Amino acid sequence: MTLFYALLALGSLALIFGLILGFAAVRFRVQGSPIVEQIDTILPQTQCGQCGYPGCRPYAEAIANGDEINKCPPGGEATVKKLADLMGVEAKPLAGGEQAEPVKTVAYIREDECIGCTKCIQACPVDAIVGATRQMHTVLIDECTGCDLCVEPCPVDCIDMLPVETTKQTWKWQLDAIPVTQID
Amino acid sequence: MEKLIQQIKQGKVWPFPGGIHPPGQKAQSNTQAIKRLPLPEKLVVPLKQHIGANGQLIVDKGQSVLKGQALTKPVANWSVPVHAPTSGVIADICQMPSAHPSALPELSIIITPDGHDTWCELSPVTEPTTLSHEQLIDIIHNSGIAGMGGAGFPTYIKADSRKPIEFFIVNAVECEPYITADDVLMREHAEQIVKGIELMQQLLSPTLTIIGIEDNKPQAIAAMKQASQHNDKIIVQTVPTVYPSGGEKQLIQLLTDKEVPSGGIPADIGVLVQNVGTLFAIEQAVYQGKPLIERVVTVTGNTIHNAGNVWALLGTEIKHLLDCQGFSPVPQQRVVMGGPMMGFTLPTVRIGVVKTTNCILAPDHSELAEPGPEQACIRCSACADACPASLLPQQLQWFAKSKEYDKLKEYNLFDCIECGACAYVCPSEIPLVQYYRVAKVEIKEQQAEQVKAERAKERFELRKERLEREQEARQNRHKRKPAAAKSADEKQKVADALARVKKSDDKADNKSAVAAAIARAKAKKQTGELEPDNTAVAQERAARKEQARAYKAQKAESNENTNDTPADDKKAAVAAAIARAKAKKATKTESTETTDAPVDDKKAAVAAAIARAKAKKAAQNESNENTDAPADDKKAAVAAAIARAKAKKAAKENESQPTDEVTTESEPSQESEPAAHNAEDKKKAAVAAAIARAKAKKAAKENDSQPTDEVTTESELSQESEPVSRNAEDKKKAAVAAAIARAKAKKRQQEGSDQS
Repeated sequence: MTLFYALLALGSLALIFGLILGFAAVRFRVQGSPIVEQIDTILPQTQCGQCGYPGCRPYAEAIANGDEINKCPPGGEATVKKLADLMGVEAKPLAGGEQAEPVKTVAYIREDECIGCTKCIQACPVDAIVGATRQMHTVLIDECTGCDLCVEPCPVDCIDMLPVETTKQTWKWQLDAIPVTQID
Repeated sequence: MEKLIQQIKQGKVWPFPGGIHPPGQKAQSNTQAIKRLPLPEKLVVPLKQHIGANGQLIVDKGQSVLKGQALTKPVANWSVPVHAPTSGVIADICQMPSAHPSALPELSIIITPDGHDTWCELSPVTEPTTLSHEQLIDIIHNSGIAGMGGAGFPTYIKADSRKPIEFFIVNAVECEPYITADDVLMREHAEQIVKGIELMQQLLSPTLTIIGIEDNKPQAIAAMKQASQHNDKIIVQTVPTVYPSGGEKQLIQLLTDKEVPSGGIPADIGVLVQNVGTLFAIEQAVYQGKPLIERVVTVTGNTIHNAGNVWALLGTEIKHLLDCQGFSPVPQQRVVMGGPMMGFTLPTVRIGVVKTTNCILAPDHSELAEPGPEQACIRCSACADACPASLLPQQLQWFAKSKEYDKLKEYNLFDCIECGACAYVCPSEIPLVQYYRVAKVEIKEQQAEQVKAERAKERFELRKERLEREQEARQNRHKRKPAAAKSADEKQKVADALARVKKSDDKADNKSAVAAAIARAKAKKQTGELEPDNTAVAQERAARKEQARAYKAQKAESNENTNDTPADDKKAAVAAAIARAKAKKATKTESTETTDAPVDDKKAAVAAAIARAKAKKAAQNESNENTDAPADDKKAAVAAAIARAKAKKAAKENESQPTDEVTTESEPSQESEPAAHNAEDKKKAAVAAAIARAKAKKAAKENDSQPTDEVTTESELSQESEPVSRNAEDKKKAAVAAAIARAKAKKRQQEGSDQS
């Protein structure tokens, strides 16, 4: 009889917890893999494809599936370091011997040379180039990610990648520089 | 609250933590009255001298400007205009080094003074109490006033505070060593400053206004007390001399025992702070109508012979100020803009005075030594004791050096006011503030990048979506054509058309039918000419309308026929055309002359009815079919489509200008001629016929707009039927006949219009 009560008690407990777990599995279901999201937010979203994947998200998925974390030149060392922290692996130098601190650039179209072929517009991954057929094109600098993808398709080579200008807001004190002043 | 005000009125102050007592060095410059300087050779006025956006340029190079004339106008939010500091000519508008430690170039207006110093027209207000809130804000905004204490915050935004202001605090502390600009301003212009305070009271209606002055400025305190005697809502509070009691947050804590929350602004706790210089500028803007074009600048330091305060026009080069006060530079001379604690060394003295420049310090090496090499932190914690914001400068320094930005945020780096007290007390001469500044910029940059990355991601995804959508649309377009042809509806149409062709074949062979039609048409012409009957015309018109619609539908069908059965499309096209012609003819006959009706009267009527029903249905589909139809390899279909489009256009033209019929008539005929000449086979002849039909349709519409023009219609009819009948025999003949028909039609039309 005692055995019966024990079984009954344990059985009902098992049922209750089973129901709770079952409910939780439905109610708090995780959509997709959250690690991909986390990796994606670390990547610089230039969508340049230099990693060999067609955009930042595909690369994030690849990293989640075990790809190397050092294939993102626009992100530089900082991105590799963050990815290493997140993935729990050793930080490696950038693949392909890229410089550690990438220079931020934006595309600039020399407008008098532009023939209006729209090829760069089609190449831009973030729709940062405006223009129409046989009309001059121009780059929305604020939206340009500096991915270089528009440079190659241009048939007249009128696109330059210029470094982003330093403004007062982005200027930094050079702490290790020797101050040179001249009084005139 | 009552108790707090009571305590404030009793003169109680609440000291803030930390603070330092550097030597004042104020006696050098505060003994003399404010001097006016001779006009400089040129003035460099940067477009942006405040926090916020540039104004929009409203002057051009070479233009003459008067003193006080606006050079820019505010456009975006937080933009404040700048004004010409004196009358003269704009020599250039170009990038010049800015008053910033980086000296990064900034768009500036260079004015060559003409020496007359002629004011533009000013509109002073003598009784500001009559002004509305908005008017007063506009005056402050348009006068280009921005905070003159150092930060350059647009004053109009502060003055237009939406939050209720309990305490209005006037910052007259001037805690930084050497600087005496506010001190002497209060001594000389206390009354104007109090007027400015009263204007702010009018705007903000605070419970209490507190003027905070350090106890090392007894003359200023006396002057302000004297000037504010009449207003019991203003109290002058003497505060102990501690650096940095002039910091906004520190002063609020000192005077009201309230602390501004981290990341918040004083207005969050019902407090608003303004510098005395700003209040003086407000008074000048309202009572004098003068925009902000000059300010008091302390020029001091051991290398200045005649240290003192001067009225400097905005844009005056620092070099001019130094020269006027007698400057004998030492080797490796440094010139600092601002005070020794928070100021920065200028890279060049060819930089103009801006709205926030309160002091030019040219020290020799003994009074402000070049900082020695940085040494290791000995963890003495002197910096933590000195910090007025109760931060841990030592911790922050470690994190800044190792670029641990998350930790920096955790330790409230952004509450640092960069007062430099920590660096001042540091025995290891660590430039702590510089580390913090770099870290702050880095963090802000990272945040901006994060935002940008988010946006890039969003745009990338939107683009991907769009491309997918376009791809899908393209595929659908390819699919739709065969699918539509196969649809039951279309099949039915085809079957109907075939049935009609058969029916007509049963009755009589094509030739005889056509011949009969010609005969009928001729007969009708004669009768029509003899006795014009209005009712008959009306009926006829209605019938024609129907017929036109049916015809349109049929043509669409015939195109599809051609596509579906490429083997015998030629035959089908011809047959369909004939069928249509007959159907049309039949309807005509039926509606106009029942007596004249031929043997197949009844059947034709039925056919016409079917055609009409279908036409209605087709007409509904027609528009999208037209546009959706892809480029067809069959020339005939293309030609037919062109003919249709032209006919439509012509018809529209005719509707809009009915008197212009002759010219419009000639246009399509030109088109049809080459088509006929180029015809190589019967298919092309069919095209010519189609064009002719299109014209007929147009003519029918034309007649709608010209009801009396009966004769023309008749001629059109004959013209239309002729090519159809003859194309079976000979293309050349058909073309000639069509041309003749056209000529005839033209003549008839003219006749008709003459008659009418």
